[in-house]
Amino acid sequence: MEEKKENNIVDKVTKEEYKYGFVTDVESDTIPKGLNEDIIRMISKKKNEPDWLLSFRLKAFAHWQTLEMPHWAHLDIPPIDYQDIYYYSAPKPKSAQKDANGVDPELNKTFDKLGIPLQERAQLSGMAVDAVMDSVSVKTTFKESLAELGIIFCSISSAVRDYPDLVRKYLGSVVPYTDNFFAALNSAVFSDGSFVYIPKGVRCPMELSSYFRINAAKTGQFERTLIVADDDSYVSYLEGCTAPMRDEAQLHAAIVEMVVHDRAEIKYSTVQNWYPGDKNGKGGIYNCVTKRALCKGDDSKVSWTQVETGSAITWKYPSCILKGDNSVGEFYSVAVTNNYQQADTGTKMIHLGRNTKSRIVSKGISAGHSQNSYRGEVRVVPNAVNARNFSQCDSLLLGDKCGAHTFPYIQVDNDTSRVEHEATTSKVDEDQIFYCNQRGISSEDAVGLIVNGYAKEVINKLPMEFAVEAQKLLSVSLENSVG
Amino acid sequence: MKLLEIKDLHANIGDKEILKGVNLTINAGEVHAVMGPNGSGKSTLSAVLTGSPAYTVTSGEVIFNGKNLLEMPPEDRAREGIFLSFQYPVEIPGVSMVNFMRTAVNEKRKYQGLDPMSASDFLKLMRERKELVELDNKLANRSVNEGFSGGEKKRNEIFQMAMLEPKLSILDETDSGLDIDALRIVAKGVNHLRNAENASIVITHYQRLLDYIVPDVVHVLYKGRIVKTAGKELALTLEEKGYDWIKKELGDL
Repeated sequence: MEEKKENNIVDKVTKEEYKYGFVTDVESDTIPKGLNEDIIRMISKKKNEPDWLLSFRLKAFAHWQTLEMPHWAHLDIPPIDYQDIYYYSAPKPKSAQKDANGVDPELNKTFDKLGIPLQERAQLSGMAVDAVMDSVSVKTTFKESLAELGIIFCSISSAVRDYPDLVRKYLGSVVPYTDNFFAALNSAVFSDGSFVYIPKGVRCPMELSSYFRINAAKTGQFERTLIVADDDSYVSYLEGCTAPMRDEAQLHAAIVEMVVHDRAEIKYSTVQNWYPGDKNGKGGIYNCVTKRALCKGDDSKVSWTQVETGSAITWKYPSCILKGDNSVGEFYSVAVTNNYQQADTGTKMIHLGRNTKSRIVSKGISAGHSQNSYRGEVRVVPNAVNARNFSQCDSLLLGDKCGAHTFPYIQVDNDTSRVEHEATTSKVDEDQIFYCNQRGISSEDAVGLIVNGYAKEVINKLPMEFAVEAQKLLSVSLENSVG
Repeated sequence: MKLLEIKDLHANIGDKEILKGVNLTINAGEVHAVMGPNGSGKSTLSAVLTGSPAYTVTSGEVIFNGKNLLEMPPEDRAREGIFLSFQYPVEIPGVSMVNFMRTAVNEKRKYQGLDPMSASDFLKLMRERKELVELDNKLANRSVNEGFSGGEKKRNEIFQMAMLEPKLSILDETDSGLDIDALRIVAKGVNHLRNAENASIVITHYQRLLDYIVPDVVHVLYKGRIVKTAGKELALTLEEKGYDWIKKELGDL
């Protein structure tokens, strides 16, 4: 009876619709499939890039060709044919028609449908958006009002054009193209993404946000985001993403680099909701992302908050290099996997400066036949005296066909530092579900309540509008997944 | 008016039969005490009535308020007005009492075709009902039963009962682990909620609770059957003499 009930529940979950799975009917300006030097030159030319950037791309490509895809993660990644991917695709307006904001009405409709209005009037107050579809930025809002404060918020392509010195100074400074396989690939072919620069002493008055949308078929998205917070500045940055439902898998290999100067702070929040594939594990996004922040200045601070519910495969370790003395790194994560999704995610906290502190709170939730791994590294070098780390890794299992794994690596090379690691694994308790049932709450709603309760510590770190979205997302992703 | 009618109810846990033909009729306005030695099936009866997945009903019938109770999933039984005050209330970390209760109250209202209660009406109701069992103001922000003392957990059960206004409440050993002050508070709450339209089943080992919540009828459940039914004086007799005399009457001793 129990077995049957569980099956029913799993069946029901898998029927849950992915509501962002539609395709926008726009023509695309696409370059030929495949990857070689000519393709890279073509991308660079499309973007009217300076020579230094083309040569950066070509060096990255040459290096990438010497690399093998990494297989150390607890992931079963089917072979990817890198010659069968379109590396550049830009939505092409049907007509010359544009609205008052300079956006093609079709794309406006798409982003409206996703809940991301591109008209500044219609926006959530206090949030500026850079909307990216496939390989190009469609629109960045509030650019002008932010510029009055000296804040630069624009697509990385326009930053290359308008602020070449800044981009050249920081691009690849935190994640060099030699870093790893996907970083090398991204450095060779990256198309668009966001650039943020917060000048000295400025507290950014609104949330900055990028919204990434993959639309075209067989296209990879390789966005690149660079955020620089100068001395005594502060910014909170949000990132969201969705993709249409397609049978074939699509690759998303992004890089996010952040540089934080003296006493500055960056809060980076992600709600990742790429298409996860169907209930049999067909299709979905392979999300192989390198995110890293350099706390360069003394007393600087970075916090990563992520709610990961989408993607067929997630390979992602937002990290902090704590170089400045007294710098602080935080990582708060909820990763949900269902059906045949696989996630290998976590963080690295590299303590280089004195009195550096880091905190890791990871909550994994696995259901269906999914595999969910936390992988984290805490390293304290000899000079990082009095470093502190606290890590907490919790796993919650729904059903008995899924897996939860924890791979913590800890290396401490001095004796003044303190590193703590706590881990728990639990199952959603049938007694908890029944208790809710007895109060008139259905099993699906009970799982939603319990999971949101479990993830609360992380959800609470998100900005308000995002927190509400994330809560709904968690309930939907796991509806009815326990007996 | 018949509120609950149990006819020849048999139920198993795994392959083991625990309830072996229970018959019981409860009218609106009545309080029934169910007593009996350990392992006689008292908690099983409450679990089966509320639809716990741990038990399987093998035969028999339960009519609640004119409806076939055993056909309903547990959440619908609750929405129809059956409430169980758990012997061991479960902790749900991270879920605040206010969120939990609001979900429960509104689910019931939805079932009855009513609109959800507004936030201000809800908070008002919660404040009012909380006072009934003398729970402190911080309750709303605490997670369901997490870090509650034994007494607080039981008072919290009665608080939830007050919020949900059930037609039939089942108090499963609500007195266990309570000191005399907490017992009085719990009983006061239960008595306050008692009226001509609802009914209660009070499962207990001790006469003490029945001094505060005075039953109309007392049943003895033994080996999965109700073997004796009488007025409230039966509880006093049991307190004094134990169960051996009943076992003797049944030829078990």
